[in-house]
Amino acid sequence: MKFAIIRFGGSNCDLDVHHILNDVVGVSTDLVWYKDPIKDYDGVVIPGGFSYGDYLRAGAIAARTPIMNAISRLAEAGKPVLGICNGFQILVESGLLSGALCTNEYPKFCCKWVNLRVEKTDTAFTSRFRKGEVIRMPIAHKEGNFFADDTALRSMNSNREIAFRYVDSDGNVVPESNPNGSVANTAGVVNTSGNVLGMMPHPERASEAVLGSDDGLRIFESMVEYADASRDTS
Amino acid sequence: MKYRAEITTELKPGMLDPEGATIQRALVHLGYNVTSVGTAKKLLIELEADGIDDARGMLDEMCKKMLANPVIHNYSIEVQ
Repeated sequence: MKFAIIRFGGSNCDLDVHHILNDVVGVSTDLVWYKDPIKDYDGVVIPGGFSYGDYLRAGAIAARTPIMNAISRLAEAGKPVLGICNGFQILVESGLLSGALCTNEYPKFCCKWVNLRVEKTDTAFTSRFRKGEVIRMPIAHKEGNFFADDTALRSMNSNREIAFRYVDSDGNVVPESNPNGSVANTAGVVNTSGNVLGMMPHPERASEAVLGSDDGLRIFESMVEYADASRDTS
Repeated sequence: MKYRAEITTELKPGMLDPEGATIQRALVHLGYNVTSVGTAKKLLIELEADGIDDARGMLDEMCKKMLANPVIHNYSIEVQ
């Protein structure tokens, strides 16, 4: 089993994810330049950063590179695809996930720890959590304000596409716990099949106790477990 | 034929525009009675096309494929 971490010009969380997958989870993982082939991988992570300098819109240019067609095919085949921060922006810009990510309500780069509530455990990335569990990890972004209009949001709710919400430490969705103005405190979304996840918080920065939390590790472990189970059945 | 175009993308009405809101407040601090500021992005494009309709068609396609995000943007195209 092998995972790919996609590198675009301006990706900068690639090595962090690589360390967690290779050294902590213990799964073989390659750093893959966006011009290289990815068809033989069991899953893909699009890491954070500032691909193409966030020109035009965050994630807009990377989303139109040919490798995204290959990633779409992997996603259609049921392989797990995880986009973190800029990776999430790339996934919404490519249309693999619903909604859009806009400038934070308070328009500055925001870097802090947040509480997240796990809204859905039947995805490729959240099977190791309990529904409603409150977990901690950091955010670090300026364009993380998740937007979907009322109609789109209703459809996302009925399809259960929201995976994580920003909450207080007791798990309540309150305005004070919303760091960026996201609609319905949305911090992470999945596609309807649950094998594509985009999230603004950084699980790779919360995957070892020494970092202050290892809640993020279970996202990677769930993903590897899911990919392993998919191999057994295919 | 060579054409010059200006493409303007702006947030749909009612969407939060934090940059515009910040500029609006700063203008009020300077003593101007400004009630609203919206920001937009203008792209200046030069392209080769068979005619103005062909140019307009390609520019519209560019907006749909990449330059605008249909979830949040309206766009307009001017060609000459």
